[in-house]
Amino acid sequence: MEQILAILIGVLVAASVWLMLSRNVVRFLFGLVLISNAANLVIFTGGRLTLGAPPLIDEGAEAPPALVANALPQALVLTAIVIGFGLLAFALALVFRAYTALGTVDSDEMRLAEPPEGEEGAAPASRRATTPHLAREAAE
Amino acid sequence: MSWVLSIPLAIPFLTAVACYLTRDTPRAAWISVAGSALLLAASAVLMAQVLAEGVIAGQMGGWRAPFGITLVADLLSAVMVVITAITALAVAVYALADVSAVQERMGYHALFQVLIAGVTGAFLTGDLFNLYVWFEVMLIASFGLLVLGGTREQLDGGIKYVTLNLVSTILFLSGVGLLYGMTGTLNMADLAVTVPRLENQALVTVVAMMFMIAFGVKAALFPLFFWLPAAYHTPAFSVSAVFAGLLTKVGVYALIRMFTLVFTGDTEFTHTILLWVAGFTMVTGVLGAAAQQDFRKILSFHIVSQIGYMILGLALLTPLAIVGAVFYLVHHIIVKANLFLVSGVANRLTGSTELGRIGGLYASAPLLAVLFLIPAFSLAGFPPLSGFWAKYVVVKASLDAEAWVLAAAALVVGALTIYSMTKIWAEAFWKPHPEGHAPVLSALPARDRLALVTPIAALAVLTCVIGLAPEPFVQFAERSAAQLIDPSDYVATVLGADAAEGAARIAALEARE
Repeated sequence: MEQILAILIGVLVAASVWLMLSRNVVRFLFGLVLISNAANLVIFTGGRLTLGAPPLIDEGAEAPPALVANALPQALVLTAIVIGFGLLAFALALVFRAYTALGTVDSDEMRLAEPPEGEEGAAPASRRATTPHLAREAAE
Repeated sequence: MSWVLSIPLAIPFLTAVACYLTRDTPRAAWISVAGSALLLAASAVLMAQVLAEGVIAGQMGGWRAPFGITLVADLLSAVMVVITAITALAVAVYALADVSAVQERMGYHALFQVLIAGVTGAFLTGDLFNLYVWFEVMLIASFGLLVLGGTREQLDGGIKYVTLNLVSTILFLSGVGLLYGMTGTLNMADLAVTVPRLENQALVTVVAMMFMIAFGVKAALFPLFFWLPAAYHTPAFSVSAVFAGLLTKVGVYALIRMFTLVFTGDTEFTHTILLWVAGFTMVTGVLGAAAQQDFRKILSFHIVSQIGYMILGLALLTPLAIVGAVFYLVHHIIVKANLFLVSGVANRLTGSTELGRIGGLYASAPLLAVLFLIPAFSLAGFPPLSGFWAKYVVVKASLDAEAWVLAAAALVVGALTIYSMTKIWAEAFWKPHPEGHAPVLSALPARDRLALVTPIAALAVLTCVIGLAPEPFVQFAERSAAQLIDPSDYVATVLGADAAEGAARIAALEARE
């Protein structure tokens, strides 16, 4: 079982790395979804897998009678899923806003915050000072 | 005992709630200031306690370590919490005049306090998974702050910041999972005991590398720093100041914690990598800064180069080097946050942060010029300011360790820092304003002037105090470094004396075999 999960994690990571190498930010996000689930599986597998042994303790007893499932990794994965969900929702909203504002999802074309060398220095300072929309058009 | 540890966490969260509920009124800003002041008081109490009693630990929810979540404060954690509170207070006061009403209505103050809570939590936790959670708290708040207002530059920088940080977070999480799989524990003190006993030390090194990369992204190490200069010059100035002061330092803190407490088995390998990474971080950061022509972009690249000094201290792993790293960490937070605050006032007075378009500040606002010179010279390492002692200790440690190349790099980077600072000085302060403005501080409304200049002056005074009377601070850093190098006190406090003693006995038995 561990081997199967290990291979699955490997496949997920490979697929997500491939997606994340894309310049398209949306594909990057899909890669992020996959790799965060791969990380969750790593925790889950790292906590050892047990079949059909719920971690229940008899009334009055202080320790489980025999080997039972490890409950902690499940709690960790649950936390990680919730956090990951929130972050991904934010990231998706951000990419959508960026798409509507910048008109692109290609990370190579997102050069507003760091304009390429030529455009930053070429425009004379006074012209850019008076006509900021020119600089913006140049950036687009 | 645990209330001393949990109150610095509770205060920012409660303040955040209060700020959120009052976000439509001007009260929110004042609540944020009051909350930050309270946090400073609470952190002072924590510091006093740690100074008096050594490491203190609290088991949350009454679960005994290593099963529950532990909050721990040793000297390093305590000083980081104090410095976080100082920065929070300075920035909260500054925000009274810096943050626009629109951003306030969007919940700036609440997000800011959540960010402070995340940072404080990351410094105080003694549990690896809990550290992950605090990182996330900090991250999501910083995401919000970064894009608050939603200008096109902010969205552009935000995308790079968010995506790269998410990748590092996932690496961190996978590292936590693998480490848990190997040791069955997440408590850092317990990890310090169990990790050296693992048979498969090679796998430990692999996991150590995952942590190094994950924290390296947060700390903006070479070659993982690209998100920082892409984003830090876009948000409101108070946001950049708190980011510059605190966020990368959390990464540095996490690196120091993990690579002095847990991953000390194969220092030959891991710390040598850190050593060279530190060198490249210093050099690329300062060269990047030299190429920039924008006040905030220059400062952003200097964050990167200064991080290199701290990591150099950690990588050398001698007592003196750790002293240097701790001292540098404290000094740098104050100075860097202050420089960003100054850049905000310069922007307010002259209308831009692009050096080609501003000028004349020295003639018309000499007070601001002096307040710029103090942190700028401190950053570059002029005696007698705090940066001089920080650099002196780190360079001395690298000379002692016979790391000649890195010592030389550290000195050259210091000289190039002077180049960048004089560039800002010459362009923004010395030369006349290209459009003939005479930007004066008194042009600002009295309330804004007070709110903007007071925190800058206070932080500058702090820089001078550390610089002129470094002795107590260095002594403190020495004590803190001693705790980091020999974590037995930390382990004993967290796990209880019995467990630590037992571990020591087992280790002694193993050594005899």
